[in-house]
Amino acid sequence: MAAILDAFRRRSPQAVDQFGAPGRGKSTAISAVTIAIILGGWWIVTQLELIRPLFLPSPEMVIAKFNKIACTEFYFEKLLTAIGIMDEVSAVCHGFSEHTLHEHILWSLYRVFGSFFLAVVTAVPIGIAMGMSRLARGVFDPPIEFYRPIPPLAYLPLTIIWFGIGESGKLFLIFLACFAPVAINARAGVRSVSIEQIHAAYSMGATRNQVLRHVVIKAALPEILTGMRVAIAFGWTTLVAAEMVAAKAGIGVMVLNAARFLATDIVFLGIVVIGAVAFVFDLIMRKIERTLVPWKGKV
Amino acid sequence: MNAIISLDHVGMEFPAVDGVGTVMALEDVNLDFRENEFVVALGASGCGKTTLLNVIAGFLSPTSGQVLHKGMPVGGPGRDRGVVFQKHALLPWLDVVENTEFGLKLQGVAARDRRTRARENLALVGLSEFERYPIYQLSGGMQQRVGLARALTCDPDMLLMDEPLGALDAFTRENMQELILDVWRKTRKVVFFITHSVEEALFMATRLIVMSPRPGRITHQYDLEFYERYFESGDARTVKSSSDFIRIREEVLSIIYGEEVGE
Repeated sequence: MAAILDAFRRRSPQAVDQFGAPGRGKSTAISAVTIAIILGGWWIVTQLELIRPLFLPSPEMVIAKFNKIACTEFYFEKLLTAIGIMDEVSAVCHGFSEHTLHEHILWSLYRVFGSFFLAVVTAVPIGIAMGMSRLARGVFDPPIEFYRPIPPLAYLPLTIIWFGIGESGKLFLIFLACFAPVAINARAGVRSVSIEQIHAAYSMGATRNQVLRHVVIKAALPEILTGMRVAIAFGWTTLVAAEMVAAKAGIGVMVLNAARFLATDIVFLGIVVIGAVAFVFDLIMRKIERTLVPWKGKV
Repeated sequence: MNAIISLDHVGMEFPAVDGVGTVMALEDVNLDFRENEFVVALGASGCGKTTLLNVIAGFLSPTSGQVLHKGMPVGGPGRDRGVVFQKHALLPWLDVVENTEFGLKLQGVAARDRRTRARENLALVGLSEFERYPIYQLSGGMQQRVGLARALTCDPDMLLMDEPLGALDAFTRENMQELILDVWRKTRKVVFFITHSVEEALFMATRLIVMSPRPGRITHQYDLEFYERYFESGDARTVKSSSDFIRIREEVLSIIYGEEVGE
């Protein structure tokens, strides 16, 4: 027991901070307090009925809505019947806007990740080409730099005119949001290769293609991954805009429909779900980063 | 004896920084590298040492004259001339042995053969135990040893070393000088070695060339054999503190300082 406690107390050598290093020390505990205060404050304010539920629904209401839309009871009973504890399912499943929560989530995931995937497979080669060749940089730089700062809502009407109100317009909108950050980071990544690494490869007999494959792309990988993290965040940001147009299911649709009926609890639920999914994906990306580019920041 | 690499009236002009006119980085350099030679270039910053190395390596093509490899003009970098850089030249996504065999991998040598040859050279630089270490966990001296092993694994005719010890601390640096000499003794590659340190230059060189800036050119050459004394005695400090070593060290220093004062 004492040994375990000791192991907790002992700090690894890397954990010792440099004197005067900006922002030194761990912030996890402080963040936990912040979250506790926000959640606690929310609970107290609603419990004391200081704010009407229309403006601020209580946590219980949001959780109840979660159970209703996710059909928790229905699926739980279904599970019980499957393993023979219950004879038949008595709970009913309504969902919201004719879809359950997981259907909404899956539709949104499909849109965000479909577009994200298309953006990555196109933007990485284009970004690397921009870093490698004057021609590619000259060709792609103006359009990318032009459209990049325009908010997706501004060109949303255009995607409707071009693609109609089907899925392709939505995918295109999110694709554009994801494309620029990946391309720009891939291009910057090419520049992070050192001239010594390239010279070394050539003096070991490398061809131009080998230098590209074995040196440049590998050196650009950390920044490509950073670009992907930024892109997926942009993807989530653009999702609600994309789903504004004639989508039947999706977290964005859920939020927009709920707002129309002043169902604030469902709006809250949608926001929390988007935040949670985006957060989980960011954790996965960070894990991938640590596995794929362990040298990042160490050379 | 025939030259492995020879420089024939090599000149190198760069556009001046202010955009007007040109700067003569090298002027009429004639130099032969023969078998078993360890040639060290010494000179103040801006004397064209690195330009000279880049021209030999093929990273720069001279604006006049030519570089010949066994009589044939050199058109660019190639496997016959291995380069060891001061830093930032290893590939951090590969571990020690993968970095060492990288050149053979580019040539399409079978995995097993290239691993064997990489291991031989890692043993030569004393890194056998660190085969699977990531590059970024090695000290600066160890990284330079990987760089040396990597260049040797391609089995070049000549090794070009651009201030390979410049970023190391004084103790590591002295150890590395001995290690490089030991490796050279075993492999007998032709070496072209650049340094700022007079002591290092005198200790390691079979031939020392002293360069001076604007325009970059070779002003003095010395044939030396202090390395022989090191091989005989195994004691580098005694060699470096002997009276004739100190005498020639001061002589070379006064040449270099004299040029700087003379500006």
